[in-house]
Amino acid sequence: MKRAGLPPNPDPVLNQLVTPELVKKHGLLPDEFEQARRHLGRDLTLTELGIFSVMWSEHCSYKNTRPLLKGFPTEKSGATAEFGRVLVKAGEENAGIIDVGDGWAIAFKIESHNHPSAIEPFEGAATGVGGIIRDIFTMGARPVLLTNSLRFGELDSAATRRLLRGVVAGIAHYGNCVGVPTVGGDIYFDRSYEGNPLVNALCLGTLRHDQIRRGKATGLGNPVYYVGAATGRDGLGGAAFASRELSAESAADRPAVQKGDPFMEKLLIEACLEMMAVPGLVVGIQDMGAAGLTCSTCETASRGGAGIEIELDRVPQREPGMNSYEIMLSESQERMLVIVQAGREGEIEEVFAKWDLHASRVGSVTDTGRMVVRHHGVPVADIPASALTDGAPVYQREARRPAYLDESSRWTPEGAGLADVGIAGAQAALPRLLSHPTIASKRWVYRQYDHMVQHGTVVLPGSDAAVVRLRLGPGEKFIAISNDCNGRYCYLNPRRGAMIAMVECLRNLVCAGATPLAMTDNLNFGNPYKPENFYQLKECVAGLAEACRFFDVPVVGGNVSLYNESPAGAIDPTPTVSVVGFIESEAHITRQFAGSPGGRLILLGGAPSEIGGSQFLGIIHGMKTGDAPAVDLDAEKALQGFLLGQIKAGRVGAAHDLSEGGLLVAVCEMLFGPAPLGAELDLSGLPAPRQDALLFGESQGRPPTSRR
Amino acid sequence: MDIAVLQFPGSNCDQDAFQLFSRGLRLPTRYVWHKDTRLGGADLVVLPGGFSYGDYLRCGAIARFSPVMGAVLEYARKGGLVLGICNGFQILCEAGLLPGALIRNSSLEFRCMTCELSVEDAGPAFNPGALGDRIRLPIGHGEGNYRIDEAGRARLEANRQVLLRYRENPNGSLEGIAGVRNEGGNVFGMMPHPDRAFERFHPSRDGLSVARAVLAARFPDLIRQSA
Repeated sequence: MKRAGLPPNPDPVLNQLVTPELVKKHGLLPDEFEQARRHLGRDLTLTELGIFSVMWSEHCSYKNTRPLLKGFPTEKSGATAEFGRVLVKAGEENAGIIDVGDGWAIAFKIESHNHPSAIEPFEGAATGVGGIIRDIFTMGARPVLLTNSLRFGELDSAATRRLLRGVVAGIAHYGNCVGVPTVGGDIYFDRSYEGNPLVNALCLGTLRHDQIRRGKATGLGNPVYYVGAATGRDGLGGAAFASRELSAESAADRPAVQKGDPFMEKLLIEACLEMMAVPGLVVGIQDMGAAGLTCSTCETASRGGAGIEIELDRVPQREPGMNSYEIMLSESQERMLVIVQAGREGEIEEVFAKWDLHASRVGSVTDTGRMVVRHHGVPVADIPASALTDGAPVYQREARRPAYLDESSRWTPEGAGLADVGIAGAQAALPRLLSHPTIASKRWVYRQYDHMVQHGTVVLPGSDAAVVRLRLGPGEKFIAISNDCNGRYCYLNPRRGAMIAMVECLRNLVCAGATPLAMTDNLNFGNPYKPENFYQLKECVAGLAEACRFFDVPVVGGNVSLYNESPAGAIDPTPTVSVVGFIESEAHITRQFAGSPGGRLILLGGAPSEIGGSQFLGIIHGMKTGDAPAVDLDAEKALQGFLLGQIKAGRVGAAHDLSEGGLLVAVCEMLFGPAPLGAELDLSGLPAPRQDALLFGESQGRPPTSRR
Repeated sequence: MDIAVLQFPGSNCDQDAFQLFSRGLRLPTRYVWHKDTRLGGADLVVLPGGFSYGDYLRCGAIARFSPVMGAVLEYARKGGLVLGICNGFQILCEAGLLPGALIRNSSLEFRCMTCELSVEDAGPAFNPGALGDRIRLPIGHGEGNYRIDEAGRARLEANRQVLLRYRENPNGSLEGIAGVRNEGGNVFGMMPHPDRAFERFHPSRDGLSVARAVLAARFPDLIRQSA
């Protein structure tokens, strides 16, 4: 092995020897370090070690999950030339894109910011929103809606209340200012998330087919521009930080959390969309998110089969004296890398001058296939771009079925001697369920989010799915969106729990009058090096993939967040699912609220009969056990088809999914509409071996509906 | 008719206001960039909602120094019609075109919800004929808590300058004040969003009536036609 073939770095601090301790500190295994050396044919400089460590982190490389994700369907088999084609597939770009007809398309994706939010909830959540918005407009789409999926510990802990307030305020701060409505979301409170909250943010944007842009560097000599905010020392190595377990020392990682500026992001959105509207100007564009300048340069070069050379002196900097390691690994927010057509530099500079933003030419596209970084004219990193992307290691981790599943899957209420609930018990249980924060109204949260800006929100937060009118040129279309995942089910039966997340999300859309179109997922799990955690991950992915194929709902993108553990252990497996549905006619839009007195309530799908994994067991009996409710995909498809048909025929006044809390909670939620109503239920004809399972069980595919 | 919607860096309800007038009222509407120093022949200048300059320093405090604001001051001084919605209201207060100030909501949180409002008798300048005495409009703000000193409040009442009041106060505003006009009756400001209340699926369509009420005194014929 040759010595580093590069001259000394201008900053002497970076010329120290790369020792095994330094490699370990960067989160690279000795074997991975050897692979990196083989890619270079020499030793790494410290700057290069930093670059490899972030690009080969789980967050950027998906090294532990890539083989699993191959099981997801990425195309819609029922698509036609006019509708439903996947135009940009999962994994190809920053976000997937699907055709919604008439030459228009939507781009959407969900992404996590769990670890930053655990340490610094306000900035962590805010920058999570900022990052996912950039993933959407970098594709050429105008962001039109946001949703989020949040998980916290129980609210009896002061630390959890601080996290909840901080996360909600951070999302509100960023989303409200940037002017994209936060139209929906879901929140669960469960001990397993204590100390490791989940903050998953989704953005959806609209664009014409001819506006699709790619993160590709092509065309020898084309200039490479850096646009947006200046680079500072914040967020150093955030991607690597996100790929570790949280510990007592994590607070010392605070510099790894970025600080967001939604005002800057708003300007960046408008400037970038204006620039992309100039015909032929933009060759490629990518957001500087995780791993910042490093990731955007090597990924665009690798996708384009080209090389990129940049000079760091030309990078706008927030403070003096930053060295190459810091500039390359900074995760300062609101920055983009743009490759433009040579000879048209004046045009991009004019757009960014109008918006008073930096647009600095930092380098050029080459034909060497290498990412070459100079600082003060001295080469400080010289790496084959594809070594950092496609060359990243891939692992098939060991999976082992957790021992607790033997006990929980065999659990029955009779076997456990659990007394059934009587009339008095049911009356006492209902208000306790309704007042648990997981089930109670989330108005406290969503009234802090601007959910009406852009004036397209049709069904406001609080119903099964949000409905938004998209203004597409002179025309308009209506879509519905919902997020779902019950981590409790996934803990008790990973494969089935993930399938439930999917079918429940589809049911929410159908209840709103929508036909499911495509899905994005956020896989939140514990440390994959623990075989029990990897088993949960593998099983959940298999369950999701099966349900996606069965319903012909392709996965158009997503995110993986591993190492979600606190000293108390891993979180419940949480494969958050978000599906977008298409509404054919405005007349089909349906809400969960039973309209006026005198209406008839009808329970579809039969009597609930299972108590395992329910909120009732958790909240009333303090137990997280039993098997997750059964899922019958064929029955589910028949039910959803029937319900949607009835909605389209104009026979349904309201429809609501029966989920956490069971039948009585679902009926109450239908009554807690704009005008408070009551209901009389006749359950006498229903088979009910156990009253608790009938009233509070969470059997799948039982939506109560009201006749129009 | 010529409606000019201003665009400041950070305006994010500019399109909403544009659509209210262009689609909702079918009136010719255009944008004016904050770096422009001329308003052309505008019949109404709208300052839309949003977070101009990120609300840094104080809401509206930086936007009032935008180049276009010189032209807006001159235009208002000559009696031109001006409407500020949400952040636009905050800018008009900072610019001294409207009395009072808007501070942080008493809850210390942003509020997005639909509010019931009483329509006040603000004289012929704000023609409430088509409005009725109660309307519903959405709000979306973190700093909509209207404040004014005692002498200013007395002047507002004496001159009938209060346009709208919240029936249930969502932000701690003094006496539930949600919108005011200047003494001259040509500059209007309100925290509620008429630009979120004009489509068939919106919580109400009262935004159309509010927009008409602003134009009514000056353009009675045109308003009758579009109604």
